[in-house]
Amino acid sequence: MAKLKLAGVSAPSSKKMTDSNLLLLITVVIFVVMYAGAMIFLQKGFLKPQTFFNIMNANAALIVTSCGMSLVMITGGIDISVGGVVALVSMCCAVYLDYAGGNVFVSLLIALAIGLAFGAVQGYLVAYLDIQPFIVSLAGMFFARGMTTIVHTAPFNVENEAFVALKGTRITVPGMGTVNRLGKYVDAYVEIGVIVAILVVILLFFVLKWTRMGRGFYAVGGNRQSALMLGINVKRTRFMAHLLCGLLAGIGGYIYFLHVGSGSASHASGMEMNAIASSIIGGTLLTGGVGNIFGTLVGVLSLSTIQNIVSSIGLDQAWWTGITVAAMLCLFLIIQSVILSRRH
Amino acid sequence: MTEKKRAAASGGMAGLFRNQIFIPIAALLLLAAFNLIVDPSFFKITLGTNSEGYSVLTGNLMTILDYGSEVAILAIGMTLVTAASGGQDISVGATVAIAGSVILRILVGLGGDGTLQAPIIVAFLAACVVSMLFGAFNGVLVAIFKIQPMVATLILYTAGRSIAAWINNNELPIVTDKTFTYFGGFIPGLPVPTPFFLAVVCVVITMLVLKFTNLGLYTQAVGINASSSRLNGLNPTFIKWLSFVILGLCVAVVGLIKTSRLSTINYSVIAKDIEMDAILAVALGGNALSGGKFNIPASILGAYVIQFLTTTLYKFQVSSDALPAYKAVVVVLLVVISAPAVKEKMAALSKKMKTQKEVG
Repeated sequence: MAKLKLAGVSAPSSKKMTDSNLLLLITVVIFVVMYAGAMIFLQKGFLKPQTFFNIMNANAALIVTSCGMSLVMITGGIDISVGGVVALVSMCCAVYLDYAGGNVFVSLLIALAIGLAFGAVQGYLVAYLDIQPFIVSLAGMFFARGMTTIVHTAPFNVENEAFVALKGTRITVPGMGTVNRLGKYVDAYVEIGVIVAILVVILLFFVLKWTRMGRGFYAVGGNRQSALMLGINVKRTRFMAHLLCGLLAGIGGYIYFLHVGSGSASHASGMEMNAIASSIIGGTLLTGGVGNIFGTLVGVLSLSTIQNIVSSIGLDQAWWTGITVAAMLCLFLIIQSVILSRRH
Repeated sequence: MTEKKRAAASGGMAGLFRNQIFIPIAALLLLAAFNLIVDPSFFKITLGTNSEGYSVLTGNLMTILDYGSEVAILAIGMTLVTAASGGQDISVGATVAIAGSVILRILVGLGGDGTLQAPIIVAFLAACVVSMLFGAFNGVLVAIFKIQPMVATLILYTAGRSIAAWINNNELPIVTDKTFTYFGGFIPGLPVPTPFFLAVVCVVITMLVLKFTNLGLYTQAVGINASSSRLNGLNPTFIKWLSFVILGLCVAVVGLIKTSRLSTINYSVIAKDIEMDAILAVALGGNALSGGKFNIPASILGAYVIQFLTTTLYKFQVSSDALPAYKAVVVVLLVVISAPAVKEKMAALSKKMKTQKEVG
């Protein structure tokens, strides 16, 4: 009775709030509190807008791959091959640009083709042959990592002129610059990857919210049987999710390549786990049916902000990053679990 | 052969095909046949003396028994976790690092000169307790907080190697005592690698436990339907939790083997990607990764199949970095062949062929 009253007193919108929105709200609040805390207690670095943009620059690739991961997770699957695909894309593009002297546009096409190929094969195996997504993408990860060393073993920097010019392109953010120690005004900037990442987030937000395919993802992830009864083509929907995830891994791979400007077999190691962690922090459930692309963006930002905070506090011993990220993940998971179990 | 006997034999064949253990056996036979055709010397086992001066058996098959045993031990626990919780523990590699770190910390201590400060059994038991505690932590997240196993264990996956480094303050203790190398190498007088014996001991204990207790039945019941098993008087929370603790015990044994092999530890490399091999072993054993029925012998066989494949690839001069690519191709082929959708299509095809033959 008391519970009912309480629900009536608080805003009516909270009564209708879906799991997805509630989890998103928690994430956003924690991110804002964390960043504000860093601004107040750590000051110097975090007060500058450029610090935030640097976080964006370094994590644009992770944002894009995490979006793909969220799509697959919403349909109830998982794709742990994305890190491998990112490494393979950067290596292939690097080899193409430096050894074949190719042009930048074709290298972009190569990146997209690799991503699509991984997405299509994995999607076919998962959706049409009904093999567990974990095993399929595990094989995908092994294959991508192995192929990366077969393509080229030693890491190297790309010196292709057109590419280096593109890599160095900076887009100034108006009004966000700061005055440096010498009294000179320095513009704040972002890299091209950030623009692409934001476009991807916006596009996917609309796709998930208002298109037939997007709603299909949620329906299939929520309950496959009832989605089938509603007349949704379950197989094609799952295939599309994996295909899109592969494509986004390809795009993410190119953004990563654009950021680091080199090819190496050890690139993006553990990225798949970061992508999964970001999606979870952003409120996507691995069981499927619940998730939000905007949450994924906030998830990536939270993850990288905590890493930044750890390193700026001075806990630069390598193990602290791992432990704090894990502790944060643990906290988020328990909050989610407690809240969801109370609601049901 | 009488008609009846033949029918029984064909029934047996069909039963074998339907049996879960058929997939790893078929894969094993396929690999063995491949090696036999390409290079029969693959199977050669020689009795020689190793650097320590003991007479030991060497050869590819011994390598498979040696290194496959690590994954086999993990596969026991992983099968139980998979069956009970319908998910996998991806933190085993990191927990192996923690267990190894604990063993070295107790054996040598910080800044030790390599001589043993404590009996090996004490160090091992301490590692067992620690890795069971970490298993229990995973178990609490999965069973009580109802977090999906893969996500819950992602926490320890991220933090585990950092914790392992922290236990020894990022030092790399080296054990100089010879007896410590027995666990990952050879016991003097026994020509077969010790990890194989450890694996056999683990398997025998597990089989005895499954035979004389209801653990196996309860685990399957919980994995198939947790809520209906609760209504039948089982405690799904406890059984899920228990499976993670058992996996912790398996991890401690592997930690002992791994550290014993090197007499030291490398936090970022030790047991890297072993969780993937262990999960693969469970999948190759034909166990549903979504939980429910399980078959531990099939998983163990799966573990040795994986090592067989790895050794075969090494034989063909595949570099260790490129190895995963070939492994992936084989894995995909195996899972595609054993996928129910493909099986149905093949069955339909053979039926069609048969009817055509009869018509023709």
